[in-house]
Amino acid sequence: MNRLPPLTPLALIGLFGAAAFVLLAAFAPWLAPHPVSAVVGGVWDPPSADALLGTDNIGRDLFSRLVWGARVTFTIAALSTALAFLLGIFLGFYAAVRGGWIDQLLSRLNDLMMAIPTLIFALVVLAVLPKTMVVLVLVMATLESTRVFRVSRAIAADLVVLDYVEVALLRGESWRWVILREILPNALSPLLAELGLRFAFAILFLSTLSFLGLGVQPPIADWGSLVKENKDGLLFGVFAALIPGAAIAVLVICINLVVDWMLQKTTSLKGTRRNG
Amino acid sequence: METGPPSLADGTETDIKVMSVLAAPKAAGLSLWAMLARRLALGLVLLWAVSLVIFAGTQILPGDVASAMLGQQATPEAVASIRQELGLEQPAAVRYVKWLGGAVTGDFGRSYSNRQDIAKSIAPRLKNTLLLAAMAAVIAVPLSIGLGILSALHAGSWIDRTIGLVTLAAVSLPEFFAGYLLIAYFSVTHFWLPSSAAVSDSMSLGQRLVVMLLPCLTLVLAVVGHMMRMTRVALLNVMASPYIETALLKGLPRSRIVWKHALPNAVSPIVNVVALNIAYLVVGVVVVEVIFVYPGMGQYLVDHVAKRDVPVVQAAGLVFAAIYIVLNIVADMISVIANPRLRHPR
Amino acid sequence: MPDHTTPSSFLQPTRRRLLQNAGLLSATLSAGGLLLPGAARAQQPAPVKGGHLVLGLDTASSSDRLDPAFYTEAYMYTVGFQLFNTVLELGPDGKLIGALAESWEATAPDASTWVFKLKKGIQFHNGKELVAQDVVYSLNHHRGEKSNSGGKGQLLAVTDIKATDTHEVTVTLSAGNADFPAALVDYHMGIGPDGGDFDKGVGTGAFVLEDFQPGVRALTKRNPNYWASDRAYVDSVETIAMSDATARMAALLSGQVHIINRVEPRALSRLSARPGVQILRSQENTMFCFPMRVDTAPYDNVDLRLALKYAIDREELQKSLLVGTGAIGNDNPIASWNPYFAKDIPQRPYDADKAAFHFKKAGSPGGIQLSVSDNGFPGSVDAAQLFQASAAKSGITIDVERVPSDGYWDEVWLKKPFVASNWSVRPTADAMLSLILQSDAPWNETAWKDEAFDKLLAAARVELDETKRKQIYHDLQVKLVDEGGELIPLFVDNIAAASDKIGGYVPVPGGGDLSGYRIAERVWLNA
Repeated sequence: MNRLPPLTPLALIGLFGAAAFVLLAAFAPWLAPHPVSAVVGGVWDPPSADALLGTDNIGRDLFSRLVWGARVTFTIAALSTALAFLLGIFLGFYAAVRGGWIDQLLSRLNDLMMAIPTLIFALVVLAVLPKTMVVLVLVMATLESTRVFRVSRAIAADLVVLDYVEVALLRGESWRWVILREILPNALSPLLAELGLRFAFAILFLSTLSFLGLGVQPPIADWGSLVKENKDGLLFGVFAALIPGAAIAVLVICINLVVDWMLQKTTSLKGTRRNG
Repeated sequence: METGPPSLADGTETDIKVMSVLAAPKAAGLSLWAMLARRLALGLVLLWAVSLVIFAGTQILPGDVASAMLGQQATPEAVASIRQELGLEQPAAVRYVKWLGGAVTGDFGRSYSNRQDIAKSIAPRLKNTLLLAAMAAVIAVPLSIGLGILSALHAGSWIDRTIGLVTLAAVSLPEFFAGYLLIAYFSVTHFWLPSSAAVSDSMSLGQRLVVMLLPCLTLVLAVVGHMMRMTRVALLNVMASPYIETALLKGLPRSRIVWKHALPNAVSPIVNVVALNIAYLVVGVVVVEVIFVYPGMGQYLVDHVAKRDVPVVQAAGLVFAAIYIVLNIVADMISVIANPRLRHPR
Repeated sequence: MPDHTTPSSFLQPTRRRLLQNAGLLSATLSAGGLLLPGAARAQQPAPVKGGHLVLGLDTASSSDRLDPAFYTEAYMYTVGFQLFNTVLELGPDGKLIGALAESWEATAPDASTWVFKLKKGIQFHNGKELVAQDVVYSLNHHRGEKSNSGGKGQLLAVTDIKATDTHEVTVTLSAGNADFPAALVDYHMGIGPDGGDFDKGVGTGAFVLEDFQPGVRALTKRNPNYWASDRAYVDSVETIAMSDATARMAALLSGQVHIINRVEPRALSRLSARPGVQILRSQENTMFCFPMRVDTAPYDNVDLRLALKYAIDREELQKSLLVGTGAIGNDNPIASWNPYFAKDIPQRPYDADKAAFHFKKAGSPGGIQLSVSDNGFPGSVDAAQLFQASAAKSGITIDVERVPSDGYWDEVWLKKPFVASNWSVRPTADAMLSLILQSDAPWNETAWKDEAFDKLLAAARVELDETKRKQIYHDLQVKLVDEGGELIPLFVDNIAAASDKIGGYVPVPGGGDLSGYRIAERVWLNA
């Protein structure tokens, strides 16, 4: 794995934002001044000393809900992305290293999955299955893993034809050995960037699902649920209503800035060029 | 243009193109028509496989159509009579063959919930969805490619950075949030544009375009970033290749190199990302339809999923998959035409 | 104009009514001089003819049908009542008035035979004149083994429907029912031509169908031959499907629609503060309840039921769920506007001591599990949690079980012993009580099986003496409040909003939202 490029101001902003998000999620119980569903004021009260960002659509402290929401958003997005990567990378590398009919079979199954539109798939599945966090994470992970599979297979396919990998294969090393020793270390940098992009996507996707009422179910709220709860306020120019949506946007921008920085040397967005 | 950049064929291209594995012809030097036929055939096979998956998937949907249809009014007798009417006792295999046979001839059967001909109900909605997608694409595609070229021409400059940041901000706004912001500003605060895009047949094209402006703008914001970035990256990728560097060393102006040499070689990844985004405009717009009350396919599907209206879910799923596959084939073909070298892969 | 008389219930303030008006007043004040609907009516200018009325309503679905037998929600009720008339209607005082019928009477002393005389000269949209056979055909549409009609239950007691003259319909019942005519105001009972297809939307209604796209919009044009001269002022009506509450408000605020339904109580004060907006209320049209199955332990113990009834803080629920709108309930399914409402039953307060007393008397049982999802009633999950907290103060442990919304009415309601539920308040006392509290009612959600209760209910049904009838309903209500399994904490207003250009709005108690869903023919557009 190559060394990361030098920090730029934008990268610093991105890193700072992403770190703040993780800290919010990690220390939610200590940072939130009020319980997540406690009513502390009127409907959409303006910010005050007690409610730093004002109150929400039923008078709960918006800052506390944002902090707790960060935890929910982070947990689901991180779990689903991690699962998608485990599955996608393993299958992608396996397909590339084994080649032949295994590659064909896996790739075609993946094409099949990808031909079913993401949101429609999620819509149908989540509308009929019990709306629990586990189901939500599994559905998101399944959908994302197809994209991860495609990228990791492409990366590995490029690596497999390199001399030292071919030598290893000829030498009779097992595919496990090849994947772990030769492919994975060399693919880490582009995959890390992909991880960032997928994580950002997972956050947006989760908030969309929650907005449609298929994601996180009340009384638990992720950031998308917070936008949904307060959307009426947008029409009436309520300050509080702007914050959850803006928070999602800022977070996604920050993650993208970090990804851009990591990919700076490779120029390719998806990072398939490895010898930067 | 005899020496193409090696990175293009194995890098960005396989990277973006969804059906590359499926579509890669084994024999070198196929004619364009043979390639098209081959890809169409493979597309059909894929579509058939999708139909199997969709049918199997909808069979295992838990919950009962009859009681979902009746809601709080479901008495056991009413449920039983509906189940019988819908022919739910037949084995699944029989129903699949019947359904596929019908679907091939454009007959998707009747909706469980309102007994209307599904093909007839879908047609106007599909038209609406395609119209909105087309309108958004007509604005977003030239805009993003233009911005991408501009960025690549001035890579590293303040223009590049500004474009990058603005488009990044646009993609990062959740669609529903952007939609409500646009409504709050353009419709509620100032009475400039209508908030609801409830189009109907009695509207003239002009009226339609006006009411569709806000949903269209929301979609443009959502897709511009991705296409712009990919255009820029694809161009820069080509620009980094040795033959372009040679041209630069020879002293040719940068803009001329971009237009004459880099762009034709970057068409393939650009076309593919455009196809992906157009597919998204067609199938991923449920949220925008909900916010702007736009009578498209997404809203139709959501209504019927809630009612367990299996034939409608199947039909909509198949139509969406078909659109997706067709768009990918079109993108493949455009890439091949623009860059004949792709007809002879290694 | 009968439409514009003040509803009698407004003249008789009850405790509830006062609370409500106070709430209304505060909303009005914040609206900066917005007129009360009641006050507005008194000084309303003359109706204005013409204009294109646009309604933005929720609950439309692309699986909607024009056939009244399949209406389930507000959107199709409103579209349906533009096209179809019913034999009778509810007046603004909640009492029956003739629509297609000019008169009706029970011809048997036990009210088991009813004769309806139809108005003459009424035409369907296709030009055919309305005769008795059309009514027979249309009502039979909801009867019989094969019928899936939502109106089937209303006509179960009917044994025969006959055209006894060209304009006279005679209905025979298996048992007497003084309230039977009220069944004919039901949303499903639209009258179409004999032998016709209801999905074509041909009725006698104030508007003729131009275009119907299920789940998208309906367009109707005024029926030039409409039989009622004091209605149908606008030239055309467009009913647009808007399922998103924010989209509805945005459309109203940006002037794209004139009337929207289902305004969230929480958005009420902000919305009414906007210039050019008026709020249209239909009072106490839905009840929110927590039914307990009285055949299942521990809910078979009257003291436990009383303990729970005292342990719920109704005013807190009203404040938090309804932002002060609506009214608190008294475990009595009869709404306060109903003529038979027993005003003298004192409102049960939140009383932790009494709750604890009755709980101990019941033996302090455990295992009180309240199963809720937001399908029971909107906000029922929050309500259950508030209930849990207030009951805990009396030492009563309520275990709140969150169940999936999907399949709630199949798998939870009527199955689990303590759940959340809601009912649109029916127009008559008999309809409400026999719907959910008669021993053999299919929707008897409290498993309330009381022979004496059934007998009294049946007796009231055939009792044509008003005083005696009132006494019976009074006794039934007392019994329910003290012993019943229904815990009814709230009655909810339907809140709609309109542009201030809209004139002529009249709420119809018991008829549901939007002037009993006949808003299209009731209102006019001021220039």
